[in-house]
Amino acid sequence: MTRLTDFTLAQARDALKARSISARELTQAYLDGIAALNPRINAYITVTPELALAQADASDAKLAAGQGGSLEGIPLGIKDLFCTEGVRTTAASRILGEFTPPYESTVSGNLKRDGGIFLGKLNLDEFAMGSSNATSAFGPVENPWSRANDPAKRLVPGGSSGGSAAAIAARLALGTTATDTGGSIRQPAAFCGVAGIKPTYGRCSRFGVVAFASSLDQAGPIARDVTDCALMLNSMAGFDPKDSTSVDIAVPDFAAAVARGVKGLRIGIPREFRMDGMPAEIEALWQQGIAWLKAEGASIVDISLPHTKYALPTYYIVAPAEASSNLARYDGVRFGAREKGADLVELYEKTRAAGFGAEVRRRIMIGTYVLSAGYYDAYYLKAQQVRALIKRDFDLAWEKCDAILTPATPSAAFGLDEKHDDPVAMYLNDVFTVTANLAGIPGMAVPAGLDANGLPLALQVLGKPFDEETVFAVSGAVERAAGFKATPQVMA
Amino acid sequence: MSYTLEGKTGPWEIVVGLEVHAQVISNSKLFSGAATAFGAEPNSQVSFIDAGFPGMLPTINEVCIAQAVRTGLGLKAEINLWSRFDRKNYFYADLPQGYQISQFAHPIVGKGEIEVSLADGSTKMIGITRLHLEQDAGKSIHDQHPSKSFIDLNRSGVALMEIVSEPDMRSPEEAGAYLTKLRQILRYLGTCDGNMDEGSMRADVNVSVRKAGEGFRTRCEVKNVNSIRFVMQAVEAEALRQIEVWEAGGTVDQETRLFDTNRGVTRSMRSKEDAHDYRYFPDPDLPPLVLEQSWVDALKASLPELPDERRARYLALGLTPYDVHVLTLEKETAVFFETVAKGRDAKLAANWVTGDFFAALNRLKRDISDPPVTAEHLGELLDLLSDNTISGKLAKDVFEIMIETGKSPLVLVEERGLKQVTDTGAIEKVIAEVMAANEGKVAEYRSGKDKLFGFFVGQTMKASGGKANPAMVNELLKKMLA
Repeated sequence: MTRLTDFTLAQARDALKARSISARELTQAYLDGIAALNPRINAYITVTPELALAQADASDAKLAAGQGGSLEGIPLGIKDLFCTEGVRTTAASRILGEFTPPYESTVSGNLKRDGGIFLGKLNLDEFAMGSSNATSAFGPVENPWSRANDPAKRLVPGGSSGGSAAAIAARLALGTTATDTGGSIRQPAAFCGVAGIKPTYGRCSRFGVVAFASSLDQAGPIARDVTDCALMLNSMAGFDPKDSTSVDIAVPDFAAAVARGVKGLRIGIPREFRMDGMPAEIEALWQQGIAWLKAEGASIVDISLPHTKYALPTYYIVAPAEASSNLARYDGVRFGAREKGADLVELYEKTRAAGFGAEVRRRIMIGTYVLSAGYYDAYYLKAQQVRALIKRDFDLAWEKCDAILTPATPSAAFGLDEKHDDPVAMYLNDVFTVTANLAGIPGMAVPAGLDANGLPLALQVLGKPFDEETVFAVSGAVERAAGFKATPQVMA
Repeated sequence: MSYTLEGKTGPWEIVVGLEVHAQVISNSKLFSGAATAFGAEPNSQVSFIDAGFPGMLPTINEVCIAQAVRTGLGLKAEINLWSRFDRKNYFYADLPQGYQISQFAHPIVGKGEIEVSLADGSTKMIGITRLHLEQDAGKSIHDQHPSKSFIDLNRSGVALMEIVSEPDMRSPEEAGAYLTKLRQILRYLGTCDGNMDEGSMRADVNVSVRKAGEGFRTRCEVKNVNSIRFVMQAVEAEALRQIEVWEAGGTVDQETRLFDTNRGVTRSMRSKEDAHDYRYFPDPDLPPLVLEQSWVDALKASLPELPDERRARYLALGLTPYDVHVLTLEKETAVFFETVAKGRDAKLAANWVTGDFFAALNRLKRDISDPPVTAEHLGELLDLLSDNTISGKLAKDVFEIMIETGKSPLVLVEERGLKQVTDTGAIEKVIAEVMAANEGKVAEYRSGKDKLFGFFVGQTMKASGGKANPAMVNELLKKMLA
């Protein structure tokens, strides 16, 4: 017998429409899973069962009347970086204290509009700064997967959207929102064996999303599979006059593109992504992906993205610079936590020292430094120039190919106790993903295989600006060819 | 003769440049929909954007952009079709975002100029370096509680134009004339109300001194001076201070100073050493601002007449330079005058507006926006004068009654039977009566005492109740006394 949590989002939607299941029983099944597993996985910072069940009843009423939106009755988790009206929003930081926004982010509002049910707020790295979800002030998230040869070792879910990816993998939500500034959707999706897409910069509104690095941040979904991601993105995306960087362009039917196939498409393989010391199984997976797409009728093109090696250092100048300014508003004056001080400066110093964790403080200091008089030209300005070159690399590549295939991460999930002493080693997790943020292009992680220890590995599909449809088409082809059916050891 | 200050070592020249912050007239703020009205309850006009709440984003208010472009056009300045907003980062309790959004590297308006008039009748061109848009901060109030400061964010996010001049001014008078003219242009354009006492226009005054023929010496910036008179005083006070420093063998340090209006001196606020590092960088929340030339052209085509053009037009009407000056100083005065003068003798209209009307304004302590007599009624009064319905003397009386009653002169003349008598027979009859009652004086006149003519005019006017046409009285008296 099929359990309620076995349904994918698309299947659940159909079952709800057909009234073979109710939104209330589906929601209750997810709440039960959360009650059972969240104490261990820690995917949720805040769970809102009463609100969720009330929403579910409202959805059932609409569905019974033959009404309801595209996601009517679907239980979702919201990354705790999205402001949610009346529900505490923390950004996984102490500095926001008990901040409860009196407003809703545009993206979560869109999901609500379409009938989505909110189970609660998902854990993340503090202010989305991290690749392990270990920097959260609310404790780390545990990856529901474990190594076959060391099942007791607790692994990271990746980050910063670690709560979103772990919740999908452990079946604690049917769809989740996430954000991606340097890989924060794709890397955790890869580590947890689920699908996630960072759409084109400007596709989803940033209004109401706690800002990390404004020119890089982009919201997107993490879900069970490529189709579920497409259904989520169809609801999340769209022009928003409240975000000046949101782009007024039509939102196509992404779900329809998933089955489109890759026949006749040119798939670029960037030679610069073949890095020294890359594990053999990552290389093997990549070759496997190339073979699958070739077999489906795509042509494979060797391309060059010559400035790839500068992407990580560029990212770690631009992102902290913007963050250092974006996080200035957390000063203890108007909202959030406040420490007492003898004067204004001491109030600032104590509040921010107590409120921000070590990684956030590190990035604020890096960002402040690279924007300082005398260093601006050498760091920030230079980084922006390199960023323009990275973007141009892609512009030139699109003359030769329609989409690009790369590995999503340089390794499978690592241990909760690994890499934390060395921030640079941690930053290297983003090596395959950051270029898409710097260039503003869409990128998707698709689970494609398991490593020798039985941990999921993913491929990444990159596309042209606002051509998510091709990204979904290629990702769909990879997904069908891979036939990834493995499930984690911990699952509701 | 150029202006100098006398020191122990001889004359010193003053160099002045002004940075004027002018609050844009708009219903809502630069990047949010919150209202901008002056004098509202504290923190009653604040959106989550203005308060720097998490996830809030700025969106540009097109009205504010149009106002900045119109101002640029009014200053005969280059309009930059590509401009950009930067963040100026610093911490303060009334700066909710922790940064001010401003245009540091790429302002919306470039070089322009203003012609100012000086007391000796000469004019001088003062260069405009740039005009950029920025958000205002909130207000910190420190005197309401012994240990707490209060913050009012009503002003937070209000659009300001920072208008930077070249260091072209050489005297307090020129600084005052520049500010006066700038304010006049802004008011004509309707882009800033120029009310310095409400803080909607404030000036930062850059002052240095030098010996004739020298390059620029170190300047100091006197912040936030809030009246034209204080600007002129601050220029002189700061220049005198610097002269004293130089002449004592010291050096002037570049620093920010405040003008103490009670003592008439400037004092140090912060020195260059503890100056902020503002860490300017392009605001990633706002794409560059790109304007269409056609949009700018349309704004240009719809600009109102500016003070210089209006002055030229009035001079061409034959008005005196003094009348032109006082009539064009405020746009409202010019509009009032033009309503009075419409279809009438411009010089007569100017005489009445600058004469009896201004006197009434002063006497009644009224403002041109709340005139004791409407421009339409004053115009009607001029018509009654021109067609000899009433005499000039009677007109002054009618004007006073108009102030008292608010009634049209047409109605008053009718109601009170004040119509001038131009009927020859009626006037002759009055003259005959006057002559009959003063036979002795008639005899004296006829025997050569010409001076008595005035007596007969007065008596005749009095007997007619002031209504007899004075010119006709003169004419008929001469005939009948002959």
